[in-house]
Amino acid sequence: MPEAPLLEVKAIDAFYGDFQALFGVSLSVEARQVVAVIGANGAGKSTLLKSIAGLMHPHNGEILFGESPITQVAAFDVLRRGVALVPEGRRLFPSLTVEENLLIGSQSRRPGTWTLRRVYELFPMLAERRDLPAVALSGGQQQMAAIGRALMANPQLLLCDEISLGLAPVVVRDIYARMPHIVAEGASLIIVEQDIMQALRAANHVYCLQEGRVALQGPARELTREAISAAYFGV
Amino acid sequence: MTGKRPGMANERPRYNGMQWLNIILQGVLIGGLYAMFAAGLSLIFGVMRLVNIAHGDLIVLAAYIALMVTQALDVSPMTSLLLVVPAMAVIGYTLQRGLLNRTLGDDLLPPLLVTFGLSIMIQNGLLELFTADSRKLQAGAIEVQAFQLMQDVWIGILPLIQFVVAIGVIAGLETLFYRTALGRAFRATSDDPSVAQLVGLDTRHVFALAMALSLAVVAIAGVFLAVRANFDPAIGPARLIFGFEAVVIGGLGSMWGTLVGGIVLGVAQAIGAQIDPGWQLLAGHIVFLAILAVRPQGLFPRVSG
Repeated sequence: MPEAPLLEVKAIDAFYGDFQALFGVSLSVEARQVVAVIGANGAGKSTLLKSIAGLMHPHNGEILFGESPITQVAAFDVLRRGVALVPEGRRLFPSLTVEENLLIGSQSRRPGTWTLRRVYELFPMLAERRDLPAVALSGGQQQMAAIGRALMANPQLLLCDEISLGLAPVVVRDIYARMPHIVAEGASLIIVEQDIMQALRAANHVYCLQEGRVALQGPARELTREAISAAYFGV
Repeated sequence: MTGKRPGMANERPRYNGMQWLNIILQGVLIGGLYAMFAAGLSLIFGVMRLVNIAHGDLIVLAAYIALMVTQALDVSPMTSLLLVVPAMAVIGYTLQRGLLNRTLGDDLLPPLLVTFGLSIMIQNGLLELFTADSRKLQAGAIEVQAFQLMQDVWIGILPLIQFVVAIGVIAGLETLFYRTALGRAFRATSDDPSVAQLVGLDTRHVFALAMALSLAVVAIAGVFLAVRANFDPAIGPARLIFGFEAVVIGGLGSMWGTLVGGIVLGVAQAIGAQIDPGWQLLAGHIVFLAILAVRPQGLFPRVSG
């Protein structure tokens, strides 16, 4: 019998007021798997991550994490169960220093391998700037701090929302180069990306969303460029 | 017109420099009390953008709880703090979890209206239970003890204790805010409540802890208020105004600023009272308005990124 997936999203519908953003979206993530969710602006990628993280609750459908339902669980509790979100736009706490931003990530006191020292090893430039206010960092450093903050909770599942947004390609490559370390420590990843090539390189499995529906999914190496662009642009 | 005014200048007592110093010093000491009124207000606004209109009435409520404790257990007002502080903290936590959390959102108006309603309820509840009679907490001989600093300059023991406690409270709050995990959680929640949830902070709990802390400070302020002067159920709103004025003078978000704000207000009132007894409160309000006009961000605004 195959092992149950770490995360299972079953046919969720999500709304902003009257506007429906997700239509019966299903997705599953295995342990130590990297799943990329790609799609155009407004396809529902961020909504999917917010629904998993508990920042919004789907109207229909179910989300199982480690076989227990988290569909209606509040965001702080989803984090405590082991799902951390790196939000779009980094969203560091501006009145906290870099180190305080990392330390507050460990607020949930989840046991695990990620400590302040390990995060500084992963992102050495943060260690040099630990006492600076978070807003004094460059965009790329802020992204590293946001990832570090999420890692401090020792998540089993790390959700990354548009981590390449607004960053120079060299910085994006630098950040993605560290992703295998995170997986090696035992976490699964869901990466939401607009940069399709970056997503395909990093992921084992790809979901392509189009107007709130899963238009295409499959193992990253089996998807053809034509199939992806058809699903991406809906042509 | 009584025709008294033209003669006023001659009737006004003339003070020498030392006597003026004494007056200013008394203003500084009372400023400590105002700073304690202000610290709780500033804390709550800082963490959750809630303007607590019932703050003054909660100070008076703390005074009445202290009155009951001192009478029931026959202890001194200072000893009563051991019970009044935790009691007010529990009231704060419960009030926030049960009521005020439901009013928080993008709109500043609902918490304003609800705490205004709360203010009326507390005033009338106290009136019903304790009547409109003036009460006072008796602290014994310490109330009138004083020592002479120099010629014409006297320091009362009680005002001095009150001032030292105020400094201790402000220093404690500063330390808690900038040196502890709880303070970090307060600042993070203040920065961005929804991301605070993403790092595992239950913001409802964090807000309730902030209100518990605010009312713990209120308890200390209430007991000192009640030892210093008479109180009755209706004096809360004026204490709220003093607290507000101290916060605005000092600059929002800065705890040491509230101490300076309290002192400025206390000194203005003390000097005003010497010019004319009717000017005591007016002088405080005028200084407040003047600072608001010239430096609306307050004297020590918290620099934010």
